[in-house]
Amino acid sequence: MATAAFETPKLKPYPVIPLVAEGAMAHSKPFVASAAIQTNIGFPGELTEGWEQRAVARMGELLGKYRSLQVYMDACVHCGACSDKCHYYLGTGDPKNMPVARQDLMRGVYRRYFTFAGKHFPKLVGAVDLTKDVLDDWWRYYNQCSECRRCSVFCPYGIDTAEITMAAREIMDSVGLGQKYSNEIIGKVHKIGNNLGLPGPALEDTLQGLEEDVKEDTGVDVRYPMDVKGAEVLLVTPSADFFAEPHVESLIGYGKVFHAAGISWTLSSKASEAGNFGMFIGNYEQLRKIALRIREAALELGVKRIVVGECGHAWRVAYSFWNTLVGIGAGGKDPYAIELQNQLDHRHKQPTHICELTYDLIQRGALKFDKDKNDDRIITFHDSCNVARASRMGDMPGGQFVIPREIIKAVANRFHDMAPQTICESTFCCGGGGGLLTDDLIELRVKGALPRMEALKNVVDQHGVNFMATICAICKAQFTKVLPYYGFDMSLVGGVHQLVSKAIRLGESH
Amino acid sequence: MSALSVAYAALFYAATAVLVVGLALKIRLYARTPAPLKIPTTPAPVTGTGVALRMVREVAFFESLFKSNKWTWAFGWLFHVSLLLVLLRHVRYFQEPVWAPIVWVQPFGMYAGFGMVAGLAGLWARRFLVDRVRYISTPSDHLHLALLIAIGATGLGMRFVMPTDIIAVKAFMLGLMRLEILPLPSDPQLLAHLTLVAVLMIVFPISKLLHAPGLFFSPTRNQVDNPREARHVVSWAAVLDK
Repeated sequence: MATAAFETPKLKPYPVIPLVAEGAMAHSKPFVASAAIQTNIGFPGELTEGWEQRAVARMGELLGKYRSLQVYMDACVHCGACSDKCHYYLGTGDPKNMPVARQDLMRGVYRRYFTFAGKHFPKLVGAVDLTKDVLDDWWRYYNQCSECRRCSVFCPYGIDTAEITMAAREIMDSVGLGQKYSNEIIGKVHKIGNNLGLPGPALEDTLQGLEEDVKEDTGVDVRYPMDVKGAEVLLVTPSADFFAEPHVESLIGYGKVFHAAGISWTLSSKASEAGNFGMFIGNYEQLRKIALRIREAALELGVKRIVVGECGHAWRVAYSFWNTLVGIGAGGKDPYAIELQNQLDHRHKQPTHICELTYDLIQRGALKFDKDKNDDRIITFHDSCNVARASRMGDMPGGQFVIPREIIKAVANRFHDMAPQTICESTFCCGGGGGLLTDDLIELRVKGALPRMEALKNVVDQHGVNFMATICAICKAQFTKVLPYYGFDMSLVGGVHQLVSKAIRLGESH
Repeated sequence: MSALSVAYAALFYAATAVLVVGLALKIRLYARTPAPLKIPTTPAPVTGTGVALRMVREVAFFESLFKSNKWTWAFGWLFHVSLLLVLLRHVRYFQEPVWAPIVWVQPFGMYAGFGMVAGLAGLWARRFLVDRVRYISTPSDHLHLALLIAIGATGLGMRFVMPTDIIAVKAFMLGLMRLEILPLPSDPQLLAHLTLVAVLMIVFPISKLLHAPGLFFSPTRNQVDNPREARHVVSWAAVLDK
């Protein structure tokens, strides 16, 4: 089905908060997952009689399991601090894309069924029955949130719309209404081992091809090993790195870093995916089950370190959740955690981001670069939302902003940041995160990219920037698709390790 | 003893009970609901002390709101600080002798009444003037502001326009604390002020005023950023490890 034509927003020289345009994105909806996709991952196949009661019951369960949801349903005062912070509101003007209004879609139902005021004075507090019309609004607007957490930075109570979007998607899945893109991918990761559905032999082929390409290019035998038992490092990276452009350039870069530092490493065919779409749909069991593959691969291969490639939400899951979910980390005292934690080498952080690893090697003088090889590029850095606002790198709060920039500055001469209110903790989502990177939502993706595109345009005009580095597979795929809508070349986006790859010295060629 | 005094005594006992019990139940609910995942909004403090400082900055200075919108911050902060001073000023009605700090705060608390109403007026104006805030405002949002402004206006009226017999009011309040009902002046302005305050106390635990305890339980603000160093598992999630 072709999506209807739409107009790409005009880039303005400075940000303008749009006026409220009710219903501007009411037509935006993702494809619904088929019964087969749903049942494959343990959800009901479709909406059936009595779904309302089941949805309210599920909401009650989640309220009891997640303090975030319980507190955030109560705490909002409608102050409007978040109202101009969401890139989807800024790009579309649809008021239901204001974080507070998006939350209120659930808050209305919460009040009706779970609070005194909503049970007895529904009109007064905006409480509503959970009807098909309300569910339709949930379906539209909880699929117009990329769970980027920008609103939570600015909320005086830290209310995180991502938590509410996740809960809403979980409730919808639990009554048989699932999103095709995310749920199909979750099925694939269980069946084949990665989101793209690349089987083991295809990966082997790809990696062999990479070794040949790098040999041809540099004259050096850089290895891209798979399933090597006893390797020091298990690298877990988004599967897009195996063949998508520009992602693969960063994978080449990781291999060169390991080669130059003399670290033995391996990929895993079982855990050939860092991404974890269980987070996007807010389902704890899926989140855990997908993370479990990494634990199993690490135990089977006997590795000492687990390193994660350039992927935003995957780094959030790895950094913030892996230790909780499957004991990848430190400080566990229970037998389950100890089994793996005893195997890992705790002189290193577990898990480690590839940027932390590279930065550390640079600090120790273990890597050498020819910076001028990147002189054709004038570089800026796009902070990916999940790295920026839901994780950390290094020892210091904010290390996730410093470390990638320091790597870029170590491997290239020309770097300019975008406007301060659009980077670091205030960074704008690329517009395709949170399970929205699908063609059925292309209008939303294009419009949601507007704030980032405006900030980019400014550094392109002022400093001649021609390369936007980022460390997220979704950002890379989204920008590759969306940049041309705004008149930019799609090759403007690439990875940090793509820059590392270009400048790194590999020693003697063989 | 007049029926009026008895009615107001009953109202205040009931309002206090609703406020205290209602808040205690909500706080217990928040405290007992587990937070299964580490979700601090980063950059976040990496130590408990750091988290305490972050919370102090949020509570005392509205740090996040300051980042967001200077107008909302200015009106909101003005209102809350003024309200604090006004509440401290009112402590004198509940003690004899009055603590030195409460004596000291009296003049500040008096003029803070104007700050409170000005802050509320600014916040209310936003609900009409900013189209986004107009869109999200519910009848309950307007009523909360009306209630608080009416409390402030009746209070200021008694101080600056038509003074009431505050000695008798104080005797009434001190009496309530000893479970003794003394005569309450029947000044309509005073009765309106007291009724509205009682309504605010009753509404508190069932309304958006829960933002006050809520902030302390917000996982994005009260969690330490140390997921790699310490394993964080709540009881319902630990079951899955077995």
